[in-house]
Formats: sequence, structure tokens, C-alpha cells
Amino acid sequence: MKSLRLGTPFLLLLPAIVVLLATVALPLALSFYSSLTPFKLTRPETLWVFVGARNYVNAFTDPVFWAAFGRTVLLLTVALNLEMLLGLGLALLMERVTRGQRLLRTLMMFPMMFSPILVGFQFKFMFNDNVGLINNALQSLGITDAAIPWLINGTLAFIAIVTAEVWSSTPVFAILILAGLLAMPREPIEAAKVDGCTPWQSFRYVTWPFIMPFAYIAMTIRSLDVGRAYDIVKIMTDGGPARRTELIWTLVARTAYSDARMGAANAMAYASIALSIVFTVYFFRKLAAARTQIAAEW
Amino acid sequence: MATVELERLVKRYGPIEAVRAIDLTIADGEFVALVGPSGCGKSTTLRMIAGLEEISSGAVRIGGEVVNDLPPRSRNISMVFQSYALYPHMSVRENLGFSLKVAKRPQAEIDRRVAEASDILHLNELLDRRPSQLSGGQRQRVAMGRAIVRKPEVFLFDEPLSNLDAKLRTQMRTEIKLLHARVPSTVVYVTHDQVEAMTLADRIVIMRDGLIEQVGTPDEVFRRPATRFVGAFIGSPTMNIVDADIVDGRIVFPNGDWLPVPDRFVGARLGNRCGLGIRPDDVYPTGHGLPSAAGSQVVEREAIVSVIEPLGNETLVFASYGGHDWVARMLNPSPLEPGRPIAMSFDLAKAHLFSTDHGRAIEPTGG
Repeated sequence: MKSLRLGTPFLLLLPAIVVLLATVALPLALSFYSSLTPFKLTRPETLWVFVGARNYVNAFTDPVFWAAFGRTVLLLTVALNLEMLLGLGLALLMERVTRGQRLLRTLMMFPMMFSPILVGFQFKFMFNDNVGLINNALQSLGITDAAIPWLINGTLAFIAIVTAEVWSSTPVFAILILAGLLAMPREPIEAAKVDGCTPWQSFRYVTWPFIMPFAYIAMTIRSLDVGRAYDIVKIMTDGGPARRTELIWTLVARTAYSDARMGAANAMAYASIALSIVFTVYFFRKLAAARTQIAAEW
Repeated sequence: MATVELERLVKRYGPIEAVRAIDLTIADGEFVALVGPSGCGKSTTLRMIAGLEEISSGAVRIGGEVVNDLPPRSRNISMVFQSYALYPHMSVRENLGFSLKVAKRPQAEIDRRVAEASDILHLNELLDRRPSQLSGGQRQRVAMGRAIVRKPEVFLFDEPLSNLDAKLRTQMRTEIKLLHARVPSTVVYVTHDQVEAMTLADRIVIMRDGLIEQVGTPDEVFRRPATRFVGAFIGSPTMNIVDADIVDGRIVFPNGDWLPVPDRFVGARLGNRCGLGIRPDDVYPTGHGLPSAAGSQVVEREAIVSVIEPLGNETLVFASYGGHDWVARMLNPSPLEPGRPIAMSFDLAKAHLFSTDHGRAIEPTGG
């Protein structure tokens, strides 16, 4: 009887434990183990060959991996900063709207309602050097005669991808920062006006500290998003031309499914997850600091 | 210091007029309280002076200059908000010095003026704390400190004490009074608490429904209320006001009981109905009133005691006469029993009569 009583809590938790083991712990362990083997999908027996850290060493000494890694960090930095600035601007404008704000808010979120795959296709079309909208417009306006090779030149292709990414996800920042603006008390801003602040000073010293936590929440969400960026790039450039827009996850997917080198791909994927964790921890620290600063009660 | 003038000042929200063409002149260095029930337009008026609310029509002048189109920062004012509105992310020191920092004053001057203000308001121990680490009264003091550091032309207070508990409110009231004595300045002070207004202000402006009912010193508005509303609003406990008919020099209550028309109103145009107002100090159980001053006109009636509220030094007696429960202030309390008849003295020399048509006080003819 005694052993049964001790076991009751365990028994009650058992279904949850089983589900977690089967869906999280096991795949995680398996994928980590496979990253320590030369596992190829086409040769299943390679799963049983243990090679230690060789996949990691290979990845970390491979310039292609580091290029993809660096490009992912660059995309994160550029896209997040642009989205932050544009989202902040949109939110500040939106807060001023007195009539039809709900309708405008809904309209503003439209880009978030499309699948990234479709966004990728749409921007691939728009940036097409022959039939694309952008070149067409530039030429009709007489700004240029040449067909700008948007998706062919490495730098231009990166700009095109950033544009698509920013278009589809700026609303995340806008909506969260707007929530912050609507939630902040009005009196400190009025006090700042009376205290002699210009509009810029009230924003800089009073409004901004209040909405900073909201900006960091958006940053966290979006850094995870961009850290795993795959779909838009896959459609627009497929990491090309000649790997000039390769990101970590397009590289991982290519290694895993085109080259069937699952072991090597898993090793790179773990490196990417480490990157995401670093960003998340960073933004969470910033968020906590910003919240303490304004003595937030939430 | 500066004068503040309001001229035909109007605030409209759509079709609603929150402030309806008010005129007011506040002298240099004067402490003026705007008082009235919620929704009377007092806060809106203050916010128009501050520049936080647009002026629909009319003019606000500070120091003789029309400031309608100036932003708050150019009006040289300070404001203390009901919610204190401290900057939560700044220390007390930074809160106090903020206005000087944005004005790009030299650091040495900022330090000196912050030190001055914190001396006056006893904030020295708290300078490095954040607002969230302060009590309500301390936050209130920081808010006032922030206002005086600026050395503005005009101080604006928007119900600054209403978030404090009763004891602290009394204490802060005294501090504000001392502060005004130490830092001479023009003050516009909004409150719904008539006691605050009476104790602090040089002059009181009583507002209702966007209009000014009366402007006067605390003594004037108490002794000579211009309207029935002012009579009822100022003074605690509230003035007894009873509607009655005027018949043959008598004030006749609905149940037939009556009091004579006070001597000083004999010959006045009373019409045939009016509101009789007598303060609780001027009606008392016979023998328990204030020592009667010269020129009193005491009439005695039998009234039935309904409720007794002992307050220690005095007792409030509610006694029914003429179909109305009169509040009376009884000094030198003696035991009374509800339901028993007692002799009540009505000092009619201090009575007020209000028109039942428009609520204005009827001018006495003499006395």
C-alpha cells in the first residue's frame, strides 16, 4: 500500500510525461545523437557510426556555414531595426487617429494575414527584372533605362528579401508598440509638456521609456521569427544566386534534404538554435530592465 | 509671478459646453481656488490655463499676454496633478531637476535649485529613490517640488490632495499654505473639497455647470452666498434650506408650522414662495448655541429630536420642525433622546432667503 501511495502523483503525471517524452525529449535526443554521426538518409546504417564532434568541427571550419550564419545575423539586425523604426512610426501616427482607428488597425495588420510563402511569391514577381512591378515603375518614371537585376545581384537580392520581410512583419512592432502607447498613463506626458518639453523631448524622455518594454517583446518574437527565416528566402532566391543569399536554415534544409546529410544538418541546426537562444536571452534581459525602470506592474 | 485673466472663456466638446463663457481676473500673487462638484468645468478651466486643453473661444492671459496659441512649455507655468504624474523611471532627484535639464540649464544650477526645493519640502532623504518606493504623501511632495524648482509665473494645482487619506490631506493642506507663504506666487487651485478651498484660498470661485456662481473671499462666500447652490455647497454640515410659502409676513411650511420673515428682509420683494436657509450654527437647542451676538433675532419653536451625532466637543442634532429635519450644532452637549420634543432656537438674523425661480439670494433690506 505504501509504495502505491507514493506512486500516485507519479501515476497521475504519467500521461503527460509519456507525451512529453515521445514528442519532445526523444526527438531532441535523437537529433542531437544524429548530429554526432555521419547519418545520411540514403544510408540508414550510418546512424550507428559515432564520429563525435566531427560534424560540428566541419561546420565551424566551413566558410559557407559562417557566411550563412553571418548573413542570418545581418538579416536579423537590419530587418529588426527597420521594422522597429517603421513600426514605431506607424504606431505613433495610429495613436493620433481619433476616428476609425479600429478599422485602420485591422488594415494595418493585413500583411500578417498572408502566408510567408505567398509573400515570397508576390515579392519575387515584383522584383523580377523583366516583368516585375518595381523595374517597370522605375523605367516608366524614367529613373533608369536598365533592368535592375534585383534577385540576381547578391546585395540587391538581400535588399529585396529585407523588403519582403519588413513589409510582412512591421505590423508586429506597430501593434505591440501601439498597445504600449494606449496603455501608458497620460499624466506624465502632460507633466512633461508643462515642464517645458518640446514634443521630441517628451517622446525621448517620457514616452519612449514607457513603450520600450513593448518594443523588446516585439524584438524577442521577431528575432525568433527571423532566426528561423526560411520560407520567403526559399521562394524568392532559394539561397542563390550561387549561395549569395544563403541563410542558416536554407543551408540546413539543403544539407538535410537535397544532400541527405542529416547528421551534418542537425549539427548546423543546433548552432542556429544557440544563436536564437542568445538573442532571446539578450532581449529578455533588456525587457526586464526596461520594465523595472518604469516600475511596471505587469 | 503674474496675473491670470480669463475672458469669455469657452470649452466645447461637440455640442456640449463644459465651460460657458467665464470671466475671471486673478491678481499677481493671489491664491485662488476653483471649487465645485465634479463636472462643473473647474478642471477643464485649469487645463485651458495650462495649455493642455484647447480653448474653444475667449482668451487666457498670463501676465497680460494672450497665451491661447502657446504650447504649455511656453507659458511659464507649473502644474501639480491629482495622480502626481511623476516620471516612474527617474529618481526623485531627476524628477525634480527634469524641467531644468530639458531647458539645458548648467548642472551646477540644477543641483542648487533641486537642493533648495528638497530643503523646503524635506525631501533630502528621498532624493535617490524612485517614485514607486515612496508613500502617497511623499509622492505628493515630490510633485510640488517639481513645480517649485521651475520658479514659474503661475502654479496650477489639479485636486492635488484628493488621493491622500484624510489625516495626510489635512497635513499637506497646512504644508501648501506654509509653502505659499515662503514662495510667494500666483496659484490657481482646483478642488471639490470646500474645506480645502476655504482654508487655503485668498478668493474662492464656485463653479457649477460650466458657469461661475460666485467669486469672493472665504468669509464672503460663507456669510453672503450669492445663490442657493453656493449656500448649500459651502459650509459643513450643509446649510438647512427649506422651501416655504410667504403668507402675511410669515414663512409657512407645508405642514402649517411657521417662522416670521426675518426683520432684515421686511419690505424686501419676496414673492410668495422662497427657500429659507439657516446654517447649523444658527439653529440650536435653546441654551446650547454660540453666545448670542448683538443683532440676533432668536425665535423659539418646539421640535422633535430624530437623530443625535455626538462629535465630542459638539453634537449634531437632527430635529424635525415644519416637516423638515433641521441640522443643529449643539455646544456643551447634554443628553438628548430621539423622539422627545425640545425647544429649538432659530436665529433669523443669520437666515438667508433664496428665490425659488432662479436660486439667487434675495437682498436683505436692512440689518
